[in-house]
Amino acid sequence: MPRYDEVEVGTELPARTFTITRADLVRYCGASGDFNVIHWNERIATAVGLPDVISHGMMTMAQTGRAVTDWAGDPGAVRSYAVRFSRPVAVADDDQGATLTVSGTVEDKLDGGRVVLGLTATVGDSKVLTAAKAVVQLS
Amino acid sequence: MPVNRDFIGREYPASAPYEVGREHIRRFAEAIGDVNPAYLDAEAARALGHPDVIAPPTFLTVLNFRYATEGPLSDPALGLDYSMVVHGEQSFELHRPVRAGDVLSSVQSVEDIKDAGRNELIVTVTQVTAADGEKVATLRSTIVSRGTAAPREPKEA
Repeated sequence: MPRYDEVEVGTELPARTFTITRADLVRYCGASGDFNVIHWNERIATAVGLPDVISHGMMTMAQTGRAVTDWAGDPGAVRSYAVRFSRPVAVADDDQGATLTVSGTVEDKLDGGRVVLGLTATVGDSKVLTAAKAVVQLS
Repeated sequence: MPVNRDFIGREYPASAPYEVGREHIRRFAEAIGDVNPAYLDAEAARALGHPDVIAPPTFLTVLNFRYATEGPLSDPALGLDYSMVVHGEQSFELHRPVRAGDVLSSVQSVEDIKDAGRNELIVTVTQVTAADGEKVATLRSTIVSRGTAAPREPKEA
């Protein structure tokens, strides 16, 4: 676990990549209870104007959050986590799915051993999350 | 058709507490592809100072779906077409990690409904409390109802 004293504003988290396939979305539907048809039915997703079946925003948020929890060591150290979903993540019906690239930087050090992390999550050239921030309690 | 703004300010207490189980945490962690031992192994969680396995930071999203049929978004009177909905923003304020064995009560309220261009934004806030009254978390969720905003009156020349 990184120590508060040793972390500086500008410290970078290790960059990560994650994949999201159709099978992952089906699994996430079941685990979360979010069975919105746009996450598993291409016919309806495209009929309502989406590019393809799209990932649950919460799936993208969870994977991006993993860059934070893996860095923190203790996932219970996350005090807050907020994102804006700026673009849908289309998940094609193939084995590759979508590839999410996540990076993060320490943006601020707060009182009480807490740090603010700014996160970016991209698919190809598109930012799929904006204003993504987490507050983590360090020791 | 625009959603019904009379819903702003309404509160929806969950009809029953939500019991957090180890196996559901495991299934959620596996679904997000994150097999951190703190989510799966009580011994590993205890080594970090937690009384039992903890849940990933976004786990409480399950409450929105567990209680969906009794919440505001599925009330036909709101007039929301769920296939036109995408998620706009989400935040979790976690006073402590959610853990196996928690018996959580929650209240969802409609904080705001407003236009954003041709879309409408519906903001809900869910307060989550443990059985002993300890505040566990606050969730704020903004969903986007695409293309349902009322047409603007043309401006007078």
